[in-house]
Amino acid sequence: MTNDEARQLIRSVLHQVAPEADLDEVGAGETLQEALDLDSMDFLNFVVGLHEATGLEIPERDYPQLSTVEGCVTYLTSAG
Amino acid sequence: MVTYREAMRQAIREALTRDDRAFLMGEDVGRYGGCYAVSLGLLEEFGPERIRDTPLSESAFVGAGIGAALNGMRPIVEIMTVNFSLLALDQIVNNAATLSYMSGGQFNVPLVIRMTTGAGRQLGAQHSHSLEGWYAHIPGLRALAPATLEDARGMLWPALQDPDPVIIFEHGTLYNIEGELADDAGPVDINTAAVRRPGDDVTIITYGGTMRTGLGAAEQLAGSGVSAEVIDLRCLRPLDTATIVSSVARTHRAVIVDEGWRTGSLAAEVSARIMEEVFYDLDAPVARVCSAEVPMPYAKHLEDAAIPQVADVVAAVQMLGG
Amino acid sequence: MGDFTMPSLGADMEAGTIAQWLVKPGDEVHRGGIVAVVETEKSTMEVEIFESGVIDELLVHEGESVPVGTVLAHVTTRTAEAVTAAPPPPPPSGPLPPPVVSPVVRRLAERSGVDLAVLSGSGLGGTVTRADVERAAQPTGDEGARPEWALGRAGPRSSPLARRLAAELGVDLSALRGSGPHGSVVERDVRLAVEVRPDETPPAPVAPEDRQAAMRRAIGALMARSKREIPHYYLSTTIDLTAPAAWLEQTNLERPITGRLIMSVLLLKATALAVKAVPEMNGFMGGGTFASSEAVHVGVAVSLRTGGVIAPAIHNVDQLTLDELMTGLKDLVGRARTGVLRTSEMSDPTITVTNLGELGVETVFGVIYPPQVALVGFGRVTERAWARDGMLGVHPCVTATLSADHRVSDGHRGGRFLAEIDRLLQEPGKL
Repeated sequence: MTNDEARQLIRSVLHQVAPEADLDEVGAGETLQEALDLDSMDFLNFVVGLHEATGLEIPERDYPQLSTVEGCVTYLTSAG
Repeated sequence: MVTYREAMRQAIREALTRDDRAFLMGEDVGRYGGCYAVSLGLLEEFGPERIRDTPLSESAFVGAGIGAALNGMRPIVEIMTVNFSLLALDQIVNNAATLSYMSGGQFNVPLVIRMTTGAGRQLGAQHSHSLEGWYAHIPGLRALAPATLEDARGMLWPALQDPDPVIIFEHGTLYNIEGELADDAGPVDINTAAVRRPGDDVTIITYGGTMRTGLGAAEQLAGSGVSAEVIDLRCLRPLDTATIVSSVARTHRAVIVDEGWRTGSLAAEVSARIMEEVFYDLDAPVARVCSAEVPMPYAKHLEDAAIPQVADVVAAVQMLGG
Repeated sequence: MGDFTMPSLGADMEAGTIAQWLVKPGDEVHRGGIVAVVETEKSTMEVEIFESGVIDELLVHEGESVPVGTVLAHVTTRTAEAVTAAPPPPPPSGPLPPPVVSPVVRRLAERSGVDLAVLSGSGLGGTVTRADVERAAQPTGDEGARPEWALGRAGPRSSPLARRLAAELGVDLSALRGSGPHGSVVERDVRLAVEVRPDETPPAPVAPEDRQAAMRRAIGALMARSKREIPHYYLSTTIDLTAPAAWLEQTNLERPITGRLIMSVLLLKATALAVKAVPEMNGFMGGGTFASSEAVHVGVAVSLRTGGVIAPAIHNVDQLTLDELMTGLKDLVGRARTGVLRTSEMSDPTITVTNLGELGVETVFGVIYPPQVALVGFGRVTERAWARDGMLGVHPCVTATLSADHRVSDGHRGGRFLAEIDRLLQEPGKL
């Protein structure tokens, strides 16, 4: 998966989880939870969305790596 | 302790003692002592001239009473039941009620007709109806319904003083009620309704045989925190509208209890007057508890089911609460 | 015949808009079936019907807003149907015969320029009568000629006294909910509205784009009522989540992503079970007395990203497995956010849980949703220095708070309730 594909995927999954959230407002270092008001249910739905799109089994201990947009991109590109 | 029957007898005794022109006539009022034993002993006391047994013809003896009244007497005519009074309807409605008007006030008919009314004693459809409302419909008559010992004792004398015909309805279930009656009990007012129990939340309006039903319901309602005012109409014609509407204007709710049938009933008249006078004070529709629209059944359970009971009144009041 | 009325979808609801009818006249409906989508100031909900039968007539159009209690549709119920089902009249066969007209009527028609051929007669056997011709001769639009009082009035049923009082006191009757016979607005409803009003602005008609403002106003009204009527007391305790966190981690390790649980589920379940020990936290306050509820329907406060919060219920939480609860929570949060909730979910929570802490704060002191009597708040799960068994360690902890109604319980029982939640969380396997 390329950088752009990963970014595109993250954007579309986040849109499903939180349609009102605006991804462009998320700063580079900001965590998704704080920037987009995601609670644990939203975050789980986000992870499930990534899993459904990529088939990746994302264990709970990897969750911290997914807390920023950049972290997600790195995680997805290195895994797939 | 005095019974309603004895109070009524005292009233007749007073009338015959105070006024030589007064006399009692009707079926079996003399030797038998009256079908409901109201006049028991009066024949011995006043003699056959003034306690007169009549043939079984309501039309004839009511007509005779009207004639006697026209000629200056003060007759008290007893009819066994309101059902049988229909045989004398022509005399009462076409003659007694009209003569004063048709003669330009030259002839008055100072006649009192007493009759038993109502159900509750398993006497079947020909002896149990409540037709007070029919008589209350007729201009020229006054209609009274004594529901207490005081009224049984006190209504007859002023009725005899009325220059026009007066009908007194004695509910059959009342004759045996017992209570204290003051020794000096005497004439009462026959123009106004009486508040038998004061209350704030609902007005129960009733008369005659169902007056105690209304009181019983008020007592029960008090147990659940509802304060019911009970009005005894007493005088069915003319109706004391003022007492009714001033109560309803205060309580904002009215339940009318009437042993007559609902259709075209006295209850309907009272309800209409409430709507006319205090509509904007009503917080709920006027409710009525009346007899089932059937000829009065003979069987006890059916008769009980047909006439207003305490539980029916309580339920009607509770419905108004929402 | 039964009436399907605008339901009350929460203590603060006064009116609702029919967003969509899901049935039409002639459709068969069953008790519990969803028949309409209703929009309130706070959300959009699917509304269930409580009678089985056939929809007879829809009385309120889509887009129309009506007060709670307004009849929305007539339903012919089964038994009634059996009684009233008369055979339909036979359809007319063949061409219609020409109308029968008397000479007098014919002359009148000629004089007033009415075409008899287009008239349908109302007389015996379809005869055209004088009245038919006169009616046809009149210009249409005579509705406008009728006096205003003859046109009927909209709004809920109300007693004459209630109307008079409402006019005197300046109360809008159509905004009231009747508590009298047949749901009519009666004196006490008007007086109550006057008592409540001073610190609430009168609700203005709501345009859809004003939804957010309307919701803010609705929340404001409800919370103002809560703070005015309910003597709140507040308790707080910190709960060590080491055991449930470890259990959760272990459990989720064995599960696929889609089957994983979150801590909220454990907190909800523990709360639902704790009311068994302290039943005075679960139920409703009504008419000055508290009625505890056998069932435990936990309202879950869901904050909406566009602003506002709603707290729909998950039913019988005490009887659900954690997996069922997880599924229920996922479904509920999703629907709350997209705005489609069911009637019963909005109207019957028996206690509410708010999990606001997930978004950062340590401690939440909530405001009770009337007519409920308790609200449990959980703050953020944080790692804290925690002393146990003489050792200092780093433990995941959460601050649990209780806001409860002092008319129903007192601090001692409230403390017992929080302690019970703590105890239950320490044995997560049993939840």
